[in-house]
Amino acid sequence: MIELDNIQKSFGEVTILKGIDATFKPGLVNMIIGASGTGKSVLLKCMVGLEQPTVGSVMYNQRNFSHSTRKEQIEIRKDIGMLFQGAALFDSKTVEENVRFPLDILTNLPLDEKLDKVNQVLDRVGLTDTNYKMPSELSGGMKKRVGIARAIVNNSKYLFCDEPNSGLDPQTSITIDNLIKEITQEYDITTIVVSHDMNSVMEIGDYIMFMHQGLKLWEGSSDQILDSEVDEFNDFVFANNLMRSLKKLKK
Amino acid sequence: MLKSAGRYFMFLGSLFKNRESFKTYISLFFDESVKVGTNSIFLIATVSVFMGAVTTIQTAFNLVSPLIPKYVIAIVVRDMVLLELSPTIIAIIFAGKVGSNIAGELGTMRITEQIDALEVMGINSSSYLVLPKVLATLFMFPALVATSAFLSILGGYLAVSFTDVITPAEYTQGIRYQLNEFMVIFAMIKAVTFAFLVSTISSFMGYYTKGGALEVGQASTSAVTNSVIFILLADYLLAQLLAEYLISF
Ligand SMILES: Nc1ncnc2c1ncn2[C@@H]1O[C@H](COP(=O)(O)OP(=O)(O)OP(=O)(O)O)[C@@H](O)[C@H]1O
Ligand SMILES: [Mg+2]
Repeated sequence: MIELDNIQKSFGEVTILKGIDATFKPGLVNMIIGASGTGKSVLLKCMVGLEQPTVGSVMYNQRNFSHSTRKEQIEIRKDIGMLFQGAALFDSKTVEENVRFPLDILTNLPLDEKLDKVNQVLDRVGLTDTNYKMPSELSGGMKKRVGIARAIVNNSKYLFCDEPNSGLDPQTSITIDNLIKEITQEYDITTIVVSHDMNSVMEIGDYIMFMHQGLKLWEGSSDQILDSEVDEFNDFVFANNLMRSLKKLKK
Repeated sequence: MLKSAGRYFMFLGSLFKNRESFKTYISLFFDESVKVGTNSIFLIATVSVFMGAVTTIQTAFNLVSPLIPKYVIAIVVRDMVLLELSPTIIAIIFAGKVGSNIAGELGTMRITEQIDALEVMGINSSSYLVLPKVLATLFMFPALVATSAFLSILGGYLAVSFTDVITPAEYTQGIRYQLNEFMVIFAMIKAVTFAFLVSTISSFMGYYTKGGALEVGQASTSAVTNSVIFILLADYLLAQLLAEYLISF
């Protein structure tokens, strides 16, 4: 479980996040949605420690991540996996070396055990026998799969995804979304997905949090979206023709 | 300007904070050393041979006096190569080749979030990525300078073999004539200084790249420009120090 307690973040004079509280539960796909530039990525960076919140703290299972020593942070980081927008694979390493990397850094396992784990997760994300390919030889969807494999290889308890289906065609997007959902349930991971794709939200979102100009304006499940009374949220959701038709249908 | 200087020194400090295990660095150090060497050796070798040949011929044409023995030409070539050409000119070429490589690589890692990926895993990315590059450069560049000095002098030898400005025997006599060891030490001091400047400045420029592919290109260019400026500045300061040192004898 991850709890956000009054997260605020400013860059110089500009305040991007204006006090965000939220709770993200394990086994669920928690989605953070909102228009471009509202601070979703900044919030995600605060959560994984790439940025330090100006005010407030991020709690991982009651352990305060934002205000802890480096050693305590590293303990928590062992449980964190992250899928980056462009997958962020190390381009001088093969697929196998990429996926093995967190194990090399964070564990002292013998090589054959590491390779077993690598092959296991590569199987799980549907990439058998790509061990010796270089990232430049992979399609966008395959890169995302490798990214997911790398994020979960060390039995991560928390999975962060920044726009997992940006740059993918609709069909590949759905398979990646579903993969994230399945993995979340299978391993009881607390998954947090940043997105502005309403398709993914309806497809896999268990808990949805809507951000607007650095504030949380709405939260709930995907069933509750059509009944929302928040104007900014409705503007965002029903910018989409499909969603408008869905609302008409419901009425 | 002052702010970038401050950030540069903080960056240098961060290389030594929260390092990974010694074992991790050893293999990274060897990988980087091979990269630094293979990236630049061909260009440096070619430039060195020609540099030596041209210097020899030009010196020969400028020193035509019956009062000066011919082997002095070789002494002049040797001193120029050791004191200035091999350390400094090669450092500038090295900045163009290896410096831009380093900045481009780190810049690409930055904009494609590979550096963030390392940080999320709890790795001190600056130390993990940059320290091996700096150490490899400090280790390899003096060797490249020594190679270059040797090849330049060899280039001069080839030039005198193919022309008849002086005989190869006179050339060899001059090269061997009263070699001051301090000059070799001084060339190495320069080499280490320049290696440090090129590797740290280029890493600094690459590591803090923001934006996209365009900015990676800009980071590469400014890595080379800044490296060259600081090489020349350091060269001047070192030359002055050397002069004072030699006078004090
Ligand atoms: N390091 C930084 N320094 C200054 N400003 C920043 C920094 N990082 C982000 N910002 C600003 O914070 C705001 C929110 O950016 P953020 O990337 O979080 O948006 P987002 O919600 O993720 O948008 P998108 O959906 O387009 O990815 C932007 O105005 C951006 O310019
Ligand atoms: Mg974003």
